[in-house]
Amino acid sequence: MEATVMNDSKDLILRRIREALKTPAPVPGGHDYSHAETTPSRPKPELDNFRQWLPKVENDFNSQWSLVTKSFNALKTDFGLLDSPTQLIDFVQELQRSENWKRIAFHRGALVTPVVDSLQTEKIEIKSGYDCQDLEKCEVGITECDAIIAQTGSILITSRSAGGRGLSALPPHHLILARPSQMVSDLPAAYELLYQRYGKDYPSMISFITGPSRTGDIERIVVLGAHGPKKLTVALLKD
Amino acid sequence: MSATYAQDFKENSGRMSQDLTHRAVIKKALNAYELKRDENRSKYLDWQEARQAAAEIKWEAINHLDRYLLEMTEKLEARGTKVFWAANAEEARNYVIQLSQEKKVKSIIKSKTMTSEEIHLNSALEKLGYDVIESDLGEYIVQLNDEPPYHLVFPAMHLTRTQIQAIFKNKLGSNTSDQPEELTMVARDIMRQKYLTADMGISGANFGVAETGMISITENEGNARLTTSFPKIHVALMGIEKVLPKLGDLALFLPLLATAGGGQQITCYNTMIGGPRQKEEVDGPEEFHLVLIDNRRTELLSDTEQRDALHCIRCAACLNVCPIFKSSGGHSYGTTYQGPIGSVITPHLRGLQDWKHLSSASSLCASCTDVCPVKIDIHHHLLHNRRNAVSQSPVWWEKILFIGFSAVTAFPSLFQASLKVARFFQPLHGFIKGSILDPARAWTQTRDLPEIPAKSFRQQWKQRS
Repeated sequence: MEATVMNDSKDLILRRIREALKTPAPVPGGHDYSHAETTPSRPKPELDNFRQWLPKVENDFNSQWSLVTKSFNALKTDFGLLDSPTQLIDFVQELQRSENWKRIAFHRGALVTPVVDSLQTEKIEIKSGYDCQDLEKCEVGITECDAIIAQTGSILITSRSAGGRGLSALPPHHLILARPSQMVSDLPAAYELLYQRYGKDYPSMISFITGPSRTGDIERIVVLGAHGPKKLTVALLKD
Repeated sequence: MSATYAQDFKENSGRMSQDLTHRAVIKKALNAYELKRDENRSKYLDWQEARQAAAEIKWEAINHLDRYLLEMTEKLEARGTKVFWAANAEEARNYVIQLSQEKKVKSIIKSKTMTSEEIHLNSALEKLGYDVIESDLGEYIVQLNDEPPYHLVFPAMHLTRTQIQAIFKNKLGSNTSDQPEELTMVARDIMRQKYLTADMGISGANFGVAETGMISITENEGNARLTTSFPKIHVALMGIEKVLPKLGDLALFLPLLATAGGGQQITCYNTMIGGPRQKEEVDGPEEFHLVLIDNRRTELLSDTEQRDALHCIRCAACLNVCPIFKSSGGHSYGTTYQGPIGSVITPHLRGLQDWKHLSSASSLCASCTDVCPVKIDIHHHLLHNRRNAVSQSPVWWEKILFIGFSAVTAFPSLFQASLKVARFFQPLHGFIKGSILDPARAWTQTRDLPEIPAKSFRQQWKQRS
């Protein structure tokens, strides 16, 4: 393979770019660019400042919780807030009964392991070298997550926290077990968390999941379950 | 050549704008979009400042493009990504083809990428016998129907459910009702095994991230996540202008793209990919190839006046509000990128003289500039293209006409006299109006010139005082 690697045009493209950039372009800010230098100084377009412009999120837990439940409802994410580990197990077992799970796939974790141990079904643990055809036959994929974003009702997962790339995307139901304390206010906060948690070595896949898979490609009518999970459930165990 | 593209556009847009069924379909879809967009836009504390910040970030990236591209590719390569720099469409196509041959690839699954439309990748791969399937529902529908995407973001928005039902019946032999749910499930069932058995997954990239060496993919269906999870080889196609300086910039750009593009607060999946499967990971492609595509983007970069057109994040907000797009329809353009932004950049990507007509097909209402989430000065660029086209290749009779016009308007007496002559001849024009004998027939065929009044305003004014 190495022998036939094609030569690419890296040098040519970089040369073209540098040649083009010799002439500076006016900075954005209206049609009359000459005033750009003198306009009142605005906050720099940086992560710390995005919050001033994006949809507002209050600082206290209760308002963030009511915001996130509103988003969950609007985007058809099911959720439960559970008081104790027993309640969490009951919650998941009830899901199993109502959906008649025969085969589940999961990624081990402090929250997931006890719950999965309590289920009487065929279980596939997602670890190195799993067979994707086995995963395809599972009715549900159970994972943990990195964070819940109040602003958008999104769940932040990575290939490290949620058992790779396929487990949260292929089974028709994605069940996420989390703690309410994993809630962060908004997208800027979620990115700060990513910097802090993974800054030295990022997982190869990071994803914000907001609701079950959907499409509007036929007459702009929303249909759930296009290719990814048809159902998304978040079960939160109180800290 | 230029006459052909312009003539095609004129014919097709003329035909489409009289197709009332088509216009009703588009109107219905876009009205729903507009309501959702306005609802979500109103949640921003300051939408205008958010746009301004996005414009400044893109300005920074584009005006230091060499630095950010190098930073991104070095980070990606350090984690096992193969980066290929393609100067043009052919190089990009050949790279994917050669890779497929070397790796003995048979089937390829694709998630939505307009860049692949730009370089005509599908037809090249299919010619060589590869099985290529589009997994995005809209893309899949237009692929089955043998037509290019109608719209950057909603590829099949021109088709009704009944038409899609018929396409599925003819091409797939499926026997479903015309309910969108049922039709969607047909595609879902077909695609599931494809994700697991395809040898190669091809995706686009909505953003590149220099700081951490990643690409970011925005989608709703989950098809891009599946395409980039299971096939052994993942190839991402990305225009060189898509790079952002920092990972955190996405905290602004992801919601901005979703709101402007689909009227959503955020799309269902926003996935950042920073390499192939890493050592400690349980799955993911063994190889990740990023194909960076110039294809005359550097030419646009050297036009400082229009450089900000490279800020475009392909949200298609400008298409959705454009009166020309709404009545002419996406296919009339004959371009990869439709609508106002397509009319701005296509002359740069494919030649000004061949595509200048698109810049003239505008009412200059500026709705496009108004909605652009990165504040591209779209409607002024349409004017810039018109000016550049004329100065590059002046039209002799237009020149004479304007010399004549400026002479007449420079002398009031001459102007008055010519009005008198015109008033005399106007009734005679009725005999040839719109016919082949009429030199102004392009205009007069469908329009009436108001009758020149017997007395001009100046004359009336003089009489009154």
